Amino acid sequence: MTPTPIRVSIAASIAAVLLLFVIFELIRSRRLQERYALLWLLTGVVTLVLASWRDGLGKLSETLGVAYPPSMLFLATGFFVLVLLLHYSTVISRLSDQNRILAQRLALLEGRLREERTGRSAER
Amino acid sequence: MKSEQITPPSSRQIDSRVAALRRIAVIPALNEEDSIAGVIAEIRATDPGFQVVVIDDGSKDRTSQVAEAAGAHVVRHPYNLGIGGAVQTGLQYARDHGFDIAVQVDGDAQHDPAEIERLLGPIVEGRADLVVGSRFLEECDYNAPFARLVGIKLFAAFVSLIVRQRVTDTTSGFRAINRRGIVLFASDYPHDYPEVEANVLVFKHRLRLTEVPVQMRNRTTGASSITFRMSVYYMIKVTLALFVGLFRRSPTPLEEK
Repeated sequence: MTPTPIRVSIAASIAAVLLLFVIFELIRSRRLQERYALLWLLTGVVTLVLASWRDGLGKLSETLGVAYPPSMLFLATGFFVLVLLLHYSTVISRLSDQNRILAQRLALLEGRLREERTGRSAER
Repeated sequence: MKSEQITPPSSRQIDSRVAALRRIAVIPALNEEDSIAGVIAEIRATDPGFQVVVIDDGSKDRTSQVAEAAGAHVVRHPYNLGIGGAVQTGLQYARDHGFDIAVQVDGDAQHDPAEIERLLGPIVEGRADLVVGSRFLEECDYNAPFARLVGIKLFAAFVSLIVRQRVTDTTSGFRAINRRGIVLFASDYPHDYPEVEANVLVFKHRLRLTEVPVQMRNRTTGASSITFRMSVYYMIKVTLALFVGLFRRSPTPLEEK
């Protein structure tokens, strides 16, 4: 088992801290809602823990049979990114459903308004 | 399916059972300014008791104005929602205005309004909730590319298996539904390429589905909305929807509020 080079640990830790800071800043300036920030925060924290806790990363790699511990770092963040993407796909699906319903309601209301003005309603 | 007793279209007598129902034709339309007025006039000529609502699904041409001038109610989507959304909006209109029966007709004049009364038959007789006009129950000079025919047949076989009755044409957009069907589809209707899934939805809600033979005119104006690339997406999307749908819990029949 090759140990993680110290430079990898330092660089990855800095990157994770930067990510966490950016997320914090986005929430603070209200450009990111908390509900969509949670998964990102989790990603950042896990990356930070695995990057800075070198023994932990080594043990985890050994358990999963990953020969080169820095790859484990990739794997973990990659997994979280996948989860994030899937999460956003469900968010988009919900939004497009709501968007359709809104457009339909608007169209029906506009039609009703126009028909009331012109007095040609399909009402009973 | 037993063969229907069909009054010849020449007799313009409206069945009294039909006349007692509030009926509406729902026409989803996208850039159909050349054909829409003719379709509306034909429907009115066949049965003046029909109200017509045109759902303009984000047309760039004068579809709305032409339809309104032809005497139809018009509902305009603020942008294109796709055929499923358009049909659903039409059925929401039918639901909100208390219609008993809705007939879906394409805006491109491919469907012959003279055949609407055939579609209404099984509904007024109380034998069906959804009636689909099938191009394949009788000889019909419908010209479709070979690949599309194969797709249509495949879906027919697949849907027949699911709904446990013979279905020959799952993609036909010429169909009639009663009040129960209107209420169901107004609240839950598949998105794009909805017809195939709609058949299964009807079955799952324990409504009755039947087909009657219809002819299909070949289009004279406009272009088919289905390109080859779209057909591939269509096949895959509908197959996925049908497959996943098998694992959804069957909803209980909707009760009208």
